[in-house]
Amino acid sequence: MAELIAKSPAHGLVPVETAGARLTEAPLAPIWSIAPLRGKTEAVSDALEQGHGLPFPAPGTLHAFQGVRIAWSGLDQAFLMGASPAPELSRDAALSDQSDGWAHMILEGSAARAVLARLVPIDLAPAACPPGSARRTLLGHMHTLILHPGGDRFELLVFRSMAETAVHEVARAMTAVAARAAIGD
Amino acid sequence: MLIPCPVCGPRDSREFTCKGHAVTLARPQADAPPEAWDAYLHLRDNPAGPTRELWHHNAGCTAWLVVERNTVTHAVTGARLAGEVAAR
Ligand SMILES: [Zn+2]
Repeated sequence: MAELIAKSPAHGLVPVETAGARLTEAPLAPIWSIAPLRGKTEAVSDALEQGHGLPFPAPGTLHAFQGVRIAWSGLDQAFLMGASPAPELSRDAALSDQSDGWAHMILEGSAARAVLARLVPIDLAPAACPPGSARRTLLGHMHTLILHPGGDRFELLVFRSMAETAVHEVARAMTAVAARAAIGD
Repeated sequence: MLIPCPVCGPRDSREFTCKGHAVTLARPQADAPPEAWDAYLHLRDNPAGPTRELWHHNAGCTAWLVVERNTVTHAVTGARLAGEVAAR
């Protein structure tokens, strides 16, 4: 019987390292979309608290509990990351396993914000994007979900088919930011 | 141009797609006369001034919005969830 080799979306593309920034890939983990049925957001939030110790996130927020996270991922939708949803959640929400659909990269370092400022049309400064934020926006021309757990760490999720383009864009911005820093402002 | 998404806050217009006038929220009944369907499908005003349009926040929260803007000054004066507007 053939032995299939699990290959991550950014396999062979990362790590990329420049002065002040490092781009890596997050370990493969379950990503489940949770979309509460009409009027059921509160019931779904209760079930999430029961099953995972997590609330249904308000727009723009990211929560973590015991290694499992939930991120707001759009209007009336959240991503449960790091666990399969508790069975009770299927009563009041549409659930779909999207684990294979996303490339999940991590950009961190003192230059991370400056790198993203070249690619992302929203403000990622701490005042506008505090720890525990989740943002749906653009990375270059790609749709993205950006998670900011805190510090100078930003997690970039793009559709899996765009992994190579995403790494290319981010790496180019990393190089440019490092070059700018090297010659001084 | 910033559009004040009620879910995401003010966002650059490159995150949105414009569908056209919000008249499409008022779909005629199936048995409405042909004139009503003709107007719904084909007839649009071309206002110089305030107008209401449907915009999709496709690179953001994915909500459909009713955006109010002024075609003369380009000022965007408001945005509401289309789902809430249509429910009235
Ligand atoms: Zn939005």
